[in-house]
Amino acid sequence: MGIRIRVADFVQTLIAAIAVGSLYALVALGYTLVYGVLKFINFAHSDIFVLGTWTSLTAAVVITNKMGIEPEHAPWWVAMCVFLLAIAMCATFGYCIERFAYRPLRGAPRLNVLITAIGVSLLLQNVGQLPGKTVAESGGSPAATIPFGAIPRNMPALIEDRVLNETSVAEGTMAGGSKRGTVKLDQNLTIEAERQYRIEYVKPPAADAPAGAQSSIETLNVVVAEPGTIAAGEEISTQPRRNAKDVEGTKYRVLRSPLVPIRLIDVLIVTGSIGLMIGLQILVFKTKLGRAMRAVSHSVETASLMGINTNAVISFTFVLGSALAAAAAFLYPLKYPLVNQTAHGIWVLLGLKAFVAAVVGGIGNVRGAVLGGFLIALIEFFGSRYVSTELRDVYVFGLLILVLLLRPSGLLGSTAREKV
Amino acid sequence: MKTLAQHQQDVPGKVATRWDVMLLPWVACIVVALVVHFASPVLVNEYWQNVLRRVGVFVIAAVSLNIVNGYAGQFSMGHAGFMAVGAYVAGATTYYGSLLLHGSVNDPNFYYQGIGLMLGGIGLGCVVAAIAGYLVGLPSLRLRGDYLAIVTLGFGEIIRVMLELTKGQLDNAAAVKDAGAKLLIHLNGPSGFFGIPSYANLFWIFLFVSVTCLIAYRIKYSSTGRALLSIREDEIAARSMGVDLTKYKVRAFVLAAALGGVAGGLYSHIGANPSPTDAGFQRSFDVILLVVLGGLGSISGSVLAAIVLILLPEVLREAQQYRLIIFALLLIIMMIVRPKGLFGVKEIWELDWFTGWFSGKRRERKAGAK
Amino acid sequence: MSALLEVKDLVVKYGAIEALHGISLTVNQGEIVSLIGSNGAGKTTTLRAISGIRRAASGSIVFNGADISRQAAHAIVRSGLVQSPEGRGVFPNMTVAENLDLGAFIRNDHAEIAKDLERALGLFPRLRERMGQMAGTLSGGEQQMLAMARAMLTKPRLLLLDEPSLGLAPQIVQTIFKIIREINASGTTILLVEQNARMALQVSHRAYVLETGKIVNQGDAKELASSDVVRKAYLGH
Repeated sequence: MGIRIRVADFVQTLIAAIAVGSLYALVALGYTLVYGVLKFINFAHSDIFVLGTWTSLTAAVVITNKMGIEPEHAPWWVAMCVFLLAIAMCATFGYCIERFAYRPLRGAPRLNVLITAIGVSLLLQNVGQLPGKTVAESGGSPAATIPFGAIPRNMPALIEDRVLNETSVAEGTMAGGSKRGTVKLDQNLTIEAERQYRIEYVKPPAADAPAGAQSSIETLNVVVAEPGTIAAGEEISTQPRRNAKDVEGTKYRVLRSPLVPIRLIDVLIVTGSIGLMIGLQILVFKTKLGRAMRAVSHSVETASLMGINTNAVISFTFVLGSALAAAAAFLYPLKYPLVNQTAHGIWVLLGLKAFVAAVVGGIGNVRGAVLGGFLIALIEFFGSRYVSTELRDVYVFGLLILVLLLRPSGLLGSTAREKV
Repeated sequence: MKTLAQHQQDVPGKVATRWDVMLLPWVACIVVALVVHFASPVLVNEYWQNVLRRVGVFVIAAVSLNIVNGYAGQFSMGHAGFMAVGAYVAGATTYYGSLLLHGSVNDPNFYYQGIGLMLGGIGLGCVVAAIAGYLVGLPSLRLRGDYLAIVTLGFGEIIRVMLELTKGQLDNAAAVKDAGAKLLIHLNGPSGFFGIPSYANLFWIFLFVSVTCLIAYRIKYSSTGRALLSIREDEIAARSMGVDLTKYKVRAFVLAAALGGVAGGLYSHIGANPSPTDAGFQRSFDVILLVVLGGLGSISGSVLAAIVLILLPEVLREAQQYRLIIFALLLIIMMIVRPKGLFGVKEIWELDWFTGWFSGKRRERKAGAK
Repeated sequence: MSALLEVKDLVVKYGAIEALHGISLTVNQGEIVSLIGSNGAGKTTTLRAISGIRRAASGSIVFNGADISRQAAHAIVRSGLVQSPEGRGVFPNMTVAENLDLGAFIRNDHAEIAKDLERALGLFPRLRERMGQMAGTLSGGEQQMLAMARAMLTKPRLLLLDEPSLGLAPQIVQTIFKIIREINASGTTILLVEQNARMALQVSHRAYVLETGKIVNQGDAKELASSDVVRKAYLGH
């Protein structure tokens, strides 16, 4: 491998790590916020995340089904609706969990709260394992579609992924073709090593199409064996195979793939998460509500002496944490569309990793959660790219144990000892 | 005035020489095991005998976890990891040992050698689990409650991943001889270790069950037990009373891990092939559930919880898919209305309603006499 | 004079142990009333029960004509009864300015808050220099000043002060008590809990003496200060 390819590979791993790391960070923030106000680990938080993915999945399928459109062609507001629904669902659950499971235990020994949290987690996981109904089985009715079950499902691509930094290397009008599965261009095309090329062309509406039908943009991937120059008028094999006659005379442009593709989904995930994190930072450090949260985090008692309704602040914190998990839950399947059952190891592990991120960064510390999220993802992705893929979970938990032993309060956690 | 030492000399009978008293409980364990072994086939069919063996394994798991979670109040969430260590070590010992010694695994002619291998394997598993417990426990017990929970959870997960990475099982003596020390990596990966003969019959299971309960009981009412309970109630107060926190915590942790290893070792010999998921957090949760519902610190509570929670789904077959939902709800409700679990730290015979139930008539008579 | 706070037969329990065995006290509008007693007598427990942090097992607490014994702590603050917590009751990881902002948490009258802030900083000029500093880095005396200034910003009708002199140098204690008088002069009624009986009796109008969860003596502060029992037990001469 050439050095350029190696660097490109490194950068690609980095991009993936940053995208997933920002999602870990979002979920980790929920753990950290709750730990901040109640000083216990909300084990059910990862299940809230999974609930969010299932809600997104169900909402996406049901809405597009009702509208009678393909998910890929759904307008942008459908994605927005799905996003908001996931947030509403998770926030409601977060509130209810706090209200009915944790609030009765205020002032109870820590161990009891911990056990209750495990109980809530188990409950959510196992409710999620109940046999569900797909949209097809329920006849498309949202009420009858249960977003659970033990079968993994695919998240419809509400937002179609594409590479943002392709370079246009040639433009022109397609020359007449002869053989099926090949096209001819009216320009020379230089093929470089390690790149992919595709031809985008404007397909006019079919002759028998109803009036008002619009032309569409189609893509053909260029199949090439080795670098070199393809002269104008030479036949170029493409996938999918098109009858060359059909494309004759259409406008085309040739796009070259970049060494390091930057994907729309990654950009969305990173900007979305970082936007939310900045928002949270402002909320916690610049607003009255944030001050109240920090006051409760230091001492519930003293905060209540300031006239702060501490129960309301705690509820709000749960709602906020759950909403952040929901945001991550909406974004994650856009990148990795396979949605597993709630109790499936992979998903529970995903939540656990976020939790590890919170602990590594210093639980209770908002900035620590973000740092931890990125750190965990970097270790996971670089470890599995350059050392061994199978050991990716071992790295994460190994890092956790290492950090806990060397710096028990986490990287950014306060070193203050527990109050007596 | 006599000195304390003189007082001690006056104690009659020199307790240390009363071998009969010392041995009695252990003999009782054997008797219990024999009774269960010979009575069960008369009372229930083979299916229920198998269920009973499972119950026994989980009783050991719960009682052992209770030593660290219940007595010492340290929340370990990786018990399944130790159980899996025990299960794989014991299972592999029996399986590969049989292959090496007589070329086949389940040869009725070598039944007693097989039993010997099983016992050796369980012993080895117990030791390996104890070492693992020490390695995990020593550093992490210096950490606060929640962190211990995380580290132990992580430990279980690491064990699970490691087991998933192992290579396929060997099936003939020659291959086993060739592999030598590399046998350790032939544990059959994600699909779990197959073909371990189910040597652990009701006698062995219940022998280990009663011995485990006896050990747990002895510890609870020893100075170690009191030290552990004091740590659980108030670490700072315990330390100021001169209790060496780390020493006792590690002691409890290692003991729990060792007995957890025994539970695992038996588990792999009751026809249940151990798999990597047996090391994961879900299995740990199962055991925690038993300990918490029965009462943190109550041996009889753990035993009862294990019996009820394993038998219940067998009885209510159709409710099978709601089993864990109901258990989870039980756990939450229990924490809210009865935070110490069914029996709390007490044993069933120490509870007011229980003693009252048995001595009820006598008390009534007394009241009548007045 | 009308009673602003009236506590009747207040009983507080910690688990099975009764900490207060039915105490009754009254604080009138405009007064400084002090509650003195030795360590563990139940002074802080009384304040915690009044401010709603600790639930009363029985008895009534009437503030401004309404029974507040069943109300939540934050609701009590909103009705004008504010407690400045004992010793280091400031938020150490927030700046002095943020701490003061929290004092005004329940208020929305920004112009008035600014005026009260000026007034509080006028009383505690030291705080003005430290506005951007973390409260945890202040000295003990400064933290106490911050706690009192913060309580003033809540604009209480009745201010409960819990051991304002605890662990402070004598000179600072003098300043603190001077300021307590000033706060009172500007119209805030004060209930003061103190171990430093001498100082407390000097500034207050009336006083109650608490011993192992019971009121054992009460009356005019000057008279109590000269009574033999109190002098022997609390004033040390």
